[in-house]
Amino acid sequence: MHNKSLRELALGLRNNDFSSVELTQYFLDRIAAHKDINAFITVNKDVSLQQAAEADNMLSSDNSHPLTGIPLAQKDIFCTDGMRTSCGSKMLDNFIAPYDATVIHKLRQAGSVTLGKTNMDEFAMGSSNETSYYGRVLNPWDKNRVPGGSSGGSAAAVAARLAPAATGTDTGGSIRQPASFCGVTGLKPSYGRVSRYGMIAFASSLDQGGPMTQSAEDAAILLQAMSGFDERDSTSVDIAVPDFSSKLEQDLKGLKIGMPVEFFNEDLDAEIASIVMDALHEYEKLGAELVEISLPNSHLSVPCYYVLAPAEASSNLSRFDGARYGYRTAEYDDLLDMYNKTRAEGFGQEVKRRIMIGTYALSAGYYDAYYLKAQKIRRLISQDFSRAFEKCDVIAGPTAPGTAFRFGEKSDDPVAMYLNDIYTISVNLAGLPGMSLPAGMDSHKLPVGLQLIGQYFDESRLLNAAHRYQLATDWHKRRPDGF
Amino acid sequence: MSINNEDVQKIAHLARLAVGPEELDNYTRNLSQILDLVEQMNEVNTDGVEAMAHPRETKLRLRDDAVTEENQRDKFTGLAPASENGLFLVPKVLD
Repeated sequence: MHNKSLRELALGLRNNDFSSVELTQYFLDRIAAHKDINAFITVNKDVSLQQAAEADNMLSSDNSHPLTGIPLAQKDIFCTDGMRTSCGSKMLDNFIAPYDATVIHKLRQAGSVTLGKTNMDEFAMGSSNETSYYGRVLNPWDKNRVPGGSSGGSAAAVAARLAPAATGTDTGGSIRQPASFCGVTGLKPSYGRVSRYGMIAFASSLDQGGPMTQSAEDAAILLQAMSGFDERDSTSVDIAVPDFSSKLEQDLKGLKIGMPVEFFNEDLDAEIASIVMDALHEYEKLGAELVEISLPNSHLSVPCYYVLAPAEASSNLSRFDGARYGYRTAEYDDLLDMYNKTRAEGFGQEVKRRIMIGTYALSAGYYDAYYLKAQKIRRLISQDFSRAFEKCDVIAGPTAPGTAFRFGEKSDDPVAMYLNDIYTISVNLAGLPGMSLPAGMDSHKLPVGLQLIGQYFDESRLLNAAHRYQLATDWHKRRPDGF
Repeated sequence: MSINNEDVQKIAHLARLAVGPEELDNYTRNLSQILDLVEQMNEVNTDGVEAMAHPRETKLRLRDDAVTEENQRDKFTGLAPASENGLFLVPKVLD
């Protein structure tokens, strides 16, 4: 049951092979049986089963959707009405969201069942899931290793088949890098495609929600339901949403795939380079043509991001002040003391580091040297992509410079941790859609991700290219032992 | 450009974060590492490059100045650490 695709599950529900209540119970049991993975922060069995019973009614009527009755894991960054929404932080440990994020609202309208809220790096700041207040998530492929982050709980849940599919969010690689580490398919849509309303903000000009699934075919279905213009998100883009599933099968003959020379230099692990090259040769067999391109400023994407993202975060996270919701310190002398202690106790180390970097970069006297400089470099990085896309239709390369690393390996060195996102961050800076799909296994039997980058609002092409690859290979069907 | 403990204290104050003396060295070291990384930006000349604030540089939409949300005061104040008569309670600000 747990290896079925979303389409197979939808068919099974319609053929009465199983009900949504049975399906939901099945996955709740799997979550309980694999509690050690720690993929979920909150599971509310009664709510899930109630939603499943409603879905069963919907299925017996005529107004059902491809996701009706299907249980989904939701990253704990999406506000979910009546349910704790913690964002992986002590600050929101007691926060019961008073409304649904648009993503949750849309998926519930489609009749999907909320299976639970997945673990994540605190406020989505991290690449290993080690910064969560609720403890680390184990990588189902090797429990001594990280699942990646920040959407590590969602990635581990899909990899271990504790949920048929999950949502994630990606500010600098937080969907793609854990997808790569856990051997699942993850897509970060174009900026503006998926509403950010009710998605707890980290860096508002970079954040995007997206699907994390077993395959590109499933990602197309989930993305379809998540996408669309939303009045309540001021940066939501009012553009038609194509039928993503209808273009999956298109022939790849003549597709031009750009290989950035900067992604294949000596910094890339040799084993990963060879796996990614194998994937690209597979694309050649499918009729695609490889062309060399250059993204000359890509090495500046990490420095640029670690000014812009913390600057936006320091502003966004100023709302956590202990006045209106969330954590408040027990004892304080006055208002300033209440703020200082509440925030010192409510936030973890990494979040505090980033708030301080952002505060510094925006402070009087440093704004031009840091924030303005970074915004100019963001322009250069974005222009690199525009030029590259004159020569190709999609860009391909590794998702991450390595495979899943061991717990503690990088947790004392923030900069080493940040460099995990060297291939993904530039995509967020430019606002483009990007995807990671399983493309092989390294010598430690750990999954390796291939990254595909598309033009603005061209998720269809990414999904098409990923799906054709998945028809020709079976890397996405591999799953960890014991699951 | 590196920063010292005094800078960190100043930043922590601006960010409204209490940082204990025993934490200072660690923050100073980590923040300096991050700033060293960020310094790489200076390798490239950006004279004449227009700053990019946002990936989609269209104008923000305007909407009619009309009530669109229902009043959920009790629901929201119910989430607060302290509230009274529909108001959020904080320590006294003015004497």
